[in-house]
Amino acid sequence: MIEAKNLHKTLGGHKVLDGVSFKVEKGEMLALIGKSGVGKSVTLKHIVGLMKPDAGRVFVDGKDILEAKGRSLEQLRSKFGYLFQGGALFDSMTVFDNVAFPLKEKKKLNHQEIRERVLFELEQVGLAGMEKKFPAELSGGMRKRASLARCLVSDPEIMLFDEPTTGLDPLTANTINELILKTYERVRFTGIVVSHEIPGIFSLVHKVAMLYEGKIVAYGTPEEIMEVDNPIVRRFIEAGIEQGRRKRGVREL
Amino acid sequence: MEELLDAIRALGRFPLLVLRLLGDFGIFFGKAVFWTFTPPLKFERLLKQINFIGTKSLSIIALTGGFTGMVLALETFYAMQKFGAEALLGPTVALSMIRELGPVISALMITARAGSALTAEIGIMRITEQIDALEVMALNPFRYLIVPNLLAGLITFPLLTSVFDVVGIYGGYLVGVKLLGVSAGTYFGEMKNYIDMAEVVHGLYKSLSFGVVVTWICCYCGFTTGYGAEGVSKATTRAVVASSVMVLVCDYILTSLLF
Repeated sequence: MIEAKNLHKTLGGHKVLDGVSFKVEKGEMLALIGKSGVGKSVTLKHIVGLMKPDAGRVFVDGKDILEAKGRSLEQLRSKFGYLFQGGALFDSMTVFDNVAFPLKEKKKLNHQEIRERVLFELEQVGLAGMEKKFPAELSGGMRKRASLARCLVSDPEIMLFDEPTTGLDPLTANTINELILKTYERVRFTGIVVSHEIPGIFSLVHKVAMLYEGKIVAYGTPEEIMEVDNPIVRRFIEAGIEQGRRKRGVREL
Repeated sequence: MEELLDAIRALGRFPLLVLRLLGDFGIFFGKAVFWTFTPPLKFERLLKQINFIGTKSLSIIALTGGFTGMVLALETFYAMQKFGAEALLGPTVALSMIRELGPVISALMITARAGSALTAEIGIMRITEQIDALEVMALNPFRYLIVPNLLAGLITFPLLTSVFDVVGIYGGYLVGVKLLGVSAGTYFGEMKNYIDMAEVVHGLYKSLSFGVVVTWICCYCGFTTGYGAEGVSKATTRAVVASSVMVLVCDYILTSLLF
């Protein structure tokens, strides 16, 4: 279970988070939506302790990750998988070595076991046969899939997805979304997805939180969010729906 | 009144910034030392960095060492000829190489070749979130990135300096003996009389210190790089300039302390 309590953060004189609070229950998927630069990725980085807030706390399974140090921080972080926006694959390593890296470093497995696990995960994300490629040789979608395989190989209890489909064509974006859903069905992790993809992302999650001017302005199930009267939320959702329509329109021409 | 306060605030901002930077820099080194002595050591990564900083710098070190020795012999010979002390060409070249030019020029060359690349590599890892990825995997980036570089610097700088010294002394031999007619026996014989082990050890201390200073600065600049390609480019420039200046500053301090 993840709980963010009253997070405040100022970056370069600009108040990015202004009392952000939300809760994600075990096995639940939450979508964090909001326009660009509103602090969604910053919030995600606070959840895993990559950034420290000016004020506020983050609890992961009841333990404050921002207070944790040494072994206890290591234990908390071991629960996480984090799909970064750009994939964050180690560019000096092949796809195989990237996916094998957490296993080699964290688990006591022999060479054969590591190989089997890596090949299994690569097959799951549709990258079988790509293990000898370097990240620079992969497309954006493939890099995200390889990164997802690297996250999943260490069986995370919590998955954080930072704009998993941004910058991808609609087909690849659908593939990634299906992959997330398929993986969720298989692993049943607790998850937070940062996304712009409205309303597409709603089918992937149990709850939605909308961030606006450093605050959560709407929180609820996707159905509840679609019915919200708040004009800021309405405008954002309608813009997302309109964009989806326009994309379809162009494709149909 | 408010304007005066603003001026005073602005005055205090710079020293505060410098203090914060120095504090950050010191804490970074403290962490690097802590993780150096916290097992396990990433031996494979260390070997890779020794190859990168050391082996791959060999040719440039040999080339610059050779030409430094040659020009030194040429200049020294003409100066010494004026008061009939050509016989001291060998010890003069050797002393200059071992005490001063070897450690300093090889450190500057390694900074230009490997230091800048270290900063750029770590900087790109920072901006592409690869360092964040290490942290999320509960793996310490100091253990994986900083410690191997620091140790590789400690190991390779003295070795490369030794190569620089030897090639430089032979470069001086080529010019002094083969070109200008000093006898080979005089060139090497006088060297034995004037150079003892203490000179070599002092040169070694210098290159060890430069190894730490250069890798420390280059890793720090990469690790704290700004955003985007411009951030990495600025960090790389800063690393090369700061390392080069610090090599010369440390050289003066060490020379005054050691000799």
